[in-house]
Amino acid sequence: MKKMIALGFEGSANKIGVGVVTLDGSILSNPRHTYVTPPGQGFLPRETAQHHLQHILPLIKSALKTAQITPNDIDCLCYTKGPGMGAPLQVATVVVRVLSQLWKKPIVAVNHCVAHIEMGRVVTGADDPVVLYVSGGNTQVIAYSEGRYRIFGETIDIAVGNCLDRFARVLTLSNDPNPGYNIEQLAKKGEKFIDLPYVVKGMDVSFSGILSYLEATAEEKLKNNECTPADLCYSLQETVFPMLVEITERAMAHCDKKDVLIVGGVGCNERLQEMMRIMCSERGGRLFATDDRYCIDNGAMIAYTGLLAYANGMSTLLEESTFTQRFRTDEVLAIWREKIESSNGLMEKSV
Amino acid sequence: MEIKADGKEGSLILLKQGAEARVFESTFVGRKSIVKERFSKKYRHPSLDSKLTLRRLNAEARCMTKARRLGVCTPVLYAVDPVLHTLIFEYVEGPSVKDVFLEFGSNGVVEERMDHIAVQIGDAIGKLHDGGLIHGDLTTSNMLIRDNTNQLVLIDFGLSFTSTLPEDKAVDLYVLERALLSMHSSCGNVMDRILAAYRKSSKQWSSTLNKLAQVRQRGRKRTMIG
Repeated sequence: MKKMIALGFEGSANKIGVGVVTLDGSILSNPRHTYVTPPGQGFLPRETAQHHLQHILPLIKSALKTAQITPNDIDCLCYTKGPGMGAPLQVATVVVRVLSQLWKKPIVAVNHCVAHIEMGRVVTGADDPVVLYVSGGNTQVIAYSEGRYRIFGETIDIAVGNCLDRFARVLTLSNDPNPGYNIEQLAKKGEKFIDLPYVVKGMDVSFSGILSYLEATAEEKLKNNECTPADLCYSLQETVFPMLVEITERAMAHCDKKDVLIVGGVGCNERLQEMMRIMCSERGGRLFATDDRYCIDNGAMIAYTGLLAYANGMSTLLEESTFTQRFRTDEVLAIWREKIESSNGLMEKSV
Repeated sequence: MEIKADGKEGSLILLKQGAEARVFESTFVGRKSIVKERFSKKYRHPSLDSKLTLRRLNAEARCMTKARRLGVCTPVLYAVDPVLHTLIFEYVEGPSVKDVFLEFGSNGVVEERMDHIAVQIGDAIGKLHDGGLIHGDLTTSNMLIRDNTNQLVLIDFGLSFTSTLPEDKAVDLYVLERALLSMHSSCGNVMDRILAAYRKSSKQWSSTLNKLAQVRQRGRKRTMIG
């Protein structure tokens, strides 16, 4: 039998990516392009959408070429329905709607957060972990329960990646390849630990106070030679990452799970992975993490998750193929996991 | 698993390793007791770690006794050891509300018992909040039902603090609401019953519940760019 193949489109933030994936999770191609802004600036929806428009068609061509397939070989077209920035989301959505009619292929709308989780699971082989999803727009602790990915803890204001990105702007660090990476490299040279607010509320965290504190005091501290930019990066990482590890550990204790999977752009940070690994080993669990190929937004994760849904009989009608800025992780019925769980249940019973 | 502790009476039997403390069963002057030891986290910077550990140990001891003064049932505090980061308090016999609700989830809800528990939860939180105490970690695993009397006992004041702001109270309730949704969605709408009891128990219910509506909205808005 021919393997099922999906083409996936991701464009919810400042990356535009196209991926070709088969149902067993092998990635045939996964090119992407990132919109990088000058130091001290963030990305705005309109400019980001224009960037995506410029790159999406060449990316599709290169994805098909690298994967050595033609449009005829594709079973379904998957795209990010949300959450994300409106204008960038629209680009991928419109392209998919057009291609679907041109190539006569079904559409599958995908939740961005769920795609990160499924990609992490298939790449690392983690079966039923507690998931820490940390990126520029999201900070959530998630675990699967009763048919859905439930959110156990999350940020009550800005995302951890947003806090890091905006702090990088205070120091006017480069946005290439991404601000978080540059903070991570600079933090390695930091020595002095500066007390910053540490805000954990139950299983939730808050980062806006830390950012305000830094925005208000960093300049003064640097001018008086109280500390170096490296010390600030180091202290920031040493404050926000333990907060994330702490809420993850709480969720693990609450739902009795042993393993942790880190996904999302901030998940590439090796210091965060190191802290999480220490915590996991203390609890007798394992840490599953991936590198920047899969952590950072990409088309393959959308293709794979859409294909899982499609293989289980789900697809999106053309009239319903919309996009939305707000799309909670727990709104999605993870039908593919239900099937697996129930078939496992049946097998156990028959044994 | 048994560990002999030096200079302490009785043996320590590990009951549970929580997120930041180990809980042992032991005896204290002949009484069955719980020893809760906060351990240091190796992933945290040492200075941050010792600051947090000590701050939370003190806060927990203070808040636990304050809650009792406000008329909410908590375990009786026997001793505090700031050097070993341990609290010693009463052993409460009975299941956690989490276990009770999970059983409701699998074997069907016993309405009368469910109601009794929900009313007690709402009442207890109302008393805490009116006294200016925020629990900070209201989950069903932090609530016990005492055997025989079926009385609700609140435990784990490790994240508690004092505040009279409606915001803090609302977030406290929101944490509970989400814990119930994520863990016990098959038990029906427990939160509504809890909030009904909360309204009766708390004098300042209206500002808190208004704020709760806002906090919920914020929660929904929170998902943004991937």
